[in-house]
Amino acid sequence: MYTAIVFLPIAASAIAGLLGRFIGARLCELVTTVALFVSAAFSIFAFYDVAILGNSHVVPLWQWIASGDFEVNWTIRVDTLTAVMLVVVTGVSSLVHLYSIGYMRDDPGRPRFFSFLSFFTFAMLMLVTANNFLQVFFGWEGVGLASYLLIGFWYKKPSANEAALKAFVVNRVGDFGFMLGILAIFLVFKTLDFDAVFAAAPAMAGKTFLFAGYNVDILTTICLLLFMGAMGKSAQLGLHTWLPDAMEGPTPVSALIHAATMVTAGVFLVCRASPLYEHAPVALGFVTFIGASTAFMAASIGLFQNDIKRVIAYSTCSQLGYMFAAAGVSAYGAAMFHLFTHAFFKALLFLAAGSVITAMHHEQDMRKMGGLAKALPFTWAMMLIGNLALTGFGIPLLGIGTAGFYSKDGIINAAYLAGTPIATYAFVLTVAAALMTSFYSWRQFLMTFHGKYRGDEGHHGHGHGVKLEDVHESPLTMLVPLAVLALGALIAGAIFAHLYIGADSGGFWRGAVAAAYGHAGVRELPLWVELAPFVVTLIGFAIAFYYYILNPELPAQMAARKGMLYTFVYNKWYFDELYAFLFVRPAMRLGRFLWKFGDGVTIDGLGPDGVAARVMDAARGAIRLQSGYVYHYAFAMLIGVVALASYFVIVGVAP
Amino acid sequence: MSFVMSHILSIIIFLPLAGALAILATRGSEVTLASTARWVAMIVTLADFVLSLVLWANFDGSTAAFQFVERAAWIGRGIDYHMGVDGISMLFVVLTGGLMPICILASWKSIQTRVAEYMIAFLLLESLMMGVFAALDLFLFYVFFEGGLIPMFLIIGVWGGKRRVYASFKFFLFTLLGSLLMLLAVLAMYLYAGTADIETLINTAHFPVAMQNLLWLGFFASFAVKMPMWPVHTWLPDAHVEAPTAGSVILAAILLKMGGYGFLRFSLPMFASASVTFAPLIFVLSIVAIIYTSLVALAQDDVKKLIAYSSVAHMGFVTMGLFTLTQVGIDGGIFQMLSHGVVSGALFLSVGVIYDRMHTREISAYGGLVNRMPVYGACFMVFALANVGLPGTGGFVGEFLTMLGAFFVNTWVAIFAATGAILSACYMLYLYWRVIFGELVKPALRTIKDLSFRETAILAPLVVVTILMGVYPKPVFDVTSASVAHLIAQHREAVAFDRRVPHTRLARQGGVR
Repeated sequence: MYTAIVFLPIAASAIAGLLGRFIGARLCELVTTVALFVSAAFSIFAFYDVAILGNSHVVPLWQWIASGDFEVNWTIRVDTLTAVMLVVVTGVSSLVHLYSIGYMRDDPGRPRFFSFLSFFTFAMLMLVTANNFLQVFFGWEGVGLASYLLIGFWYKKPSANEAALKAFVVNRVGDFGFMLGILAIFLVFKTLDFDAVFAAAPAMAGKTFLFAGYNVDILTTICLLLFMGAMGKSAQLGLHTWLPDAMEGPTPVSALIHAATMVTAGVFLVCRASPLYEHAPVALGFVTFIGASTAFMAASIGLFQNDIKRVIAYSTCSQLGYMFAAAGVSAYGAAMFHLFTHAFFKALLFLAAGSVITAMHHEQDMRKMGGLAKALPFTWAMMLIGNLALTGFGIPLLGIGTAGFYSKDGIINAAYLAGTPIATYAFVLTVAAALMTSFYSWRQFLMTFHGKYRGDEGHHGHGHGVKLEDVHESPLTMLVPLAVLALGALIAGAIFAHLYIGADSGGFWRGAVAAAYGHAGVRELPLWVELAPFVVTLIGFAIAFYYYILNPELPAQMAARKGMLYTFVYNKWYFDELYAFLFVRPAMRLGRFLWKFGDGVTIDGLGPDGVAARVMDAARGAIRLQSGYVYHYAFAMLIGVVALASYFVIVGVAP
Repeated sequence: MSFVMSHILSIIIFLPLAGALAILATRGSEVTLASTARWVAMIVTLADFVLSLVLWANFDGSTAAFQFVERAAWIGRGIDYHMGVDGISMLFVVLTGGLMPICILASWKSIQTRVAEYMIAFLLLESLMMGVFAALDLFLFYVFFEGGLIPMFLIIGVWGGKRRVYASFKFFLFTLLGSLLMLLAVLAMYLYAGTADIETLINTAHFPVAMQNLLWLGFFASFAVKMPMWPVHTWLPDAHVEAPTAGSVILAAILLKMGGYGFLRFSLPMFASASVTFAPLIFVLSIVAIIYTSLVALAQDDVKKLIAYSSVAHMGFVTMGLFTLTQVGIDGGIFQMLSHGVVSGALFLSVGVIYDRMHTREISAYGGLVNRMPVYGACFMVFALANVGLPGTGGFVGEFLTMLGAFFVNTWVAIFAATGAILSACYMLYLYWRVIFGELVKPALRTIKDLSFRETAILAPLVVVTILMGVYPKPVFDVTSASVAHLIAQHREAVAFDRRVPHTRLARQGGVR
């Protein structure tokens, strides 16, 4: 059964991909979607079996690479950590498959789309069921490939191709670190299998090895290298630039890959390797620092974006930062819990946004929306639930709330409880980010659904826009998945909090992560800390309401003034420009220089061209004398002469 | 049957030659001659492939000894006709055997002039290449090794593109220079040890360290050009660009592997101490090759040149892996050679497909091909990804193992090599974008057709092999591991021997340990 969870999607993908042109798009949709729902049903059972009943499974498949002492096998490992991911991945994926039947209904490339989507699911499942680091890397690159293919799904758009390439390459930069981390793990531990590595980790704590000419702490180095991979995949500060551009892909892809599953792989990796991180406090501090900084930075960029999907993309980036901040203070359970709840409400938000985009005939600019609540009542309700969950709405003292309320507050509290300077930094930044989260979420909600409809105003005097009468609710295949996700976004937190981070977490995780909720701190959780997220959320809502409902002309004036801070944030902190200046253009120029000057002038000039030029002269003379192709054979003869001469030399001098 | 099995290597080597002679003996009009030549070449290369598979099936992977050994008197005085394969060489015979029928099929339509001569050249080339990997006599090896130049030179020079003359001169000059230095080394070895038998030289000969260094450099001159290593790689892009498709395939897939094979067969076991001495040089050149040529590949506007430069970068991983002198490094190096043989061959075949239609290699002449050629786009994607080294394709396993080996020796080497993974993604996917993706706007491409049945038959098996090598590479390691382990043990012993008797000036016959 565990094998089936992983391999049903790839079988379906192969059918859709190879036979799609023969069996038709409808059958492709059916095969992949059914396969995914079966896989999801098995996964729910697996969750029950493993996480609740307490069984664990390791299913060996076959040998992958074996050379000398080096051996890795294809294996399916299911422990609680995997079971959580199985439910998230197959659950969201099956719903997204169903949703896509409606969303992609007019696209001629459907067989390809569903094939890629199922392939993605397979790769992601290989990643989470891995029992060694190399199989994680296989899944890791596999999901990267699927992401590349799906971002560039509409291959006619140059922007989509560029975004796809960017996503792949930026991820590869992260993978550079991941790869070196894997090499270092094998160097130190002589194996890549999780159990053996983790068992040997405590003995390696504090020891050093020679890396890149320096004597450095083994586990810190390994953990930092692995985290570099995680930063790429999970779009953390510095390697985040690909994620917003990835919104070029179809919206179901954004929901599945760039919100709920693939981008959380980095968090999964850190949690999976938590027994290593526990012995590398410096690396943990760095994880927290990057996570908190990303949460803040991405939230700030999200403030003024006008593309409905980009707002959610930056929100994703920011929420991933929360998860890392939690992992960095050893609250791995909290990180995974937020990953779990985030999958529900972020997929919900994206799919609801997709519903809006479909209704608006593929318009994504929120400045051309507004007042859609009446036309799209169901989508409105779904978006509302999604936003409530994202902003972590709940009643603090009663402890009742949406999914995000439990998981996000859990992270903020864990950061406070950890009490170290870096954790305090994380606490301050995550609270600030919560304020901004609330603002951009409600700004997006209000701009889209409330106020005056702006879709029929010709933008800049041209373009026709969409009439409000033409805006209709999406088909049922799209609305059902929304309802399921909304249910999860509402109640998943309340149901599962005690397992992931509460009193029952020990029996739930059973060592799958090194610690569920940080290490027993000496600090008490004061009332103001508990209330802080709630208060800032209300403030954020109030500001959004003031600007976008009470005084809708203010934001435009602000944009027109182009204040320095506004410009800096609006231009996404200028990361893209910086990278283009530092890496992209110099690499091209260097390549051209090495080619023309290095190869052309230096090597060839000193070497063959000088000689060849003389030979060519001679040959030209020969051609003039001889007719046709004789000169070709001249060289063959020359070699023959050399061979013959050598023969005589040998025979002549041999004893 | 027993005759076949006891002479299987000779049959594999000389069967293509017999085919060439058969074509030569055929008379008839140009058209019938061409058709006969095609079919004879096809049948002969297929038969040879089947034989190489029989060889694999009967190969015993548990021993490092040479198998299917044949020995006959040839010139005498220690120079014999001696054939045999071990775990290092066997799979190259299979690779050659497998790619040859594909090359013939790829030339079926695109070669229309002097078809008979073309097929003869290819069959001759196959005989010589098979000979290189099976020869166990220094001079026999040398004859095959250098002999391979002649048909290749003709293939580029006669059936090549516009600048074929320049390209074949350059190819010739580079390789000739290397070959002559190697010939000197071969002669010196023979004169010193009194035998040209490779097995004897590996197992018992011992050259003084100072002499080893010179011999190593002599062989290096030839192998480095063949690989090719930076900075003697500049012949390769030109040769590839001008060669006909099948010529490029053989060049990239087989001829480049002869250098790596040579390092394994000669440099590492025979000049053990010198190999240790010069390993840092190899590492530096390998890293420069990986980074430098990847950057150059990024700047190319010619499809074939880009792939040629990427070949140089990939061969950098091979040389790096071999000279780590670790099991993973050498296993990885061999695997990388085999997978690159498949993948680079497939890439050149893919380029050939569109070249046959459009007769241009300019990247800017293409764009949006996927609109009319979805099957082609999918195949090309698999090969491009394998070239990028994506796990699950053959390209990953070799790259990973060689880096692992390098990491054991020197982390810096592995770090620099790992940047190659980033750069390869850049140039390969950038190429893919420009050629395959995008809107199809160029008027000339409006009527371009997807893969024909023949072309599908060429590319489909390579897709399967590429993926199979990525997820189940075990059959390869089952063949190589015992021989590689033996090679490393032997190397360690030889280095220890050199340490024990550092300055012994052994007499000629005393040179035998």
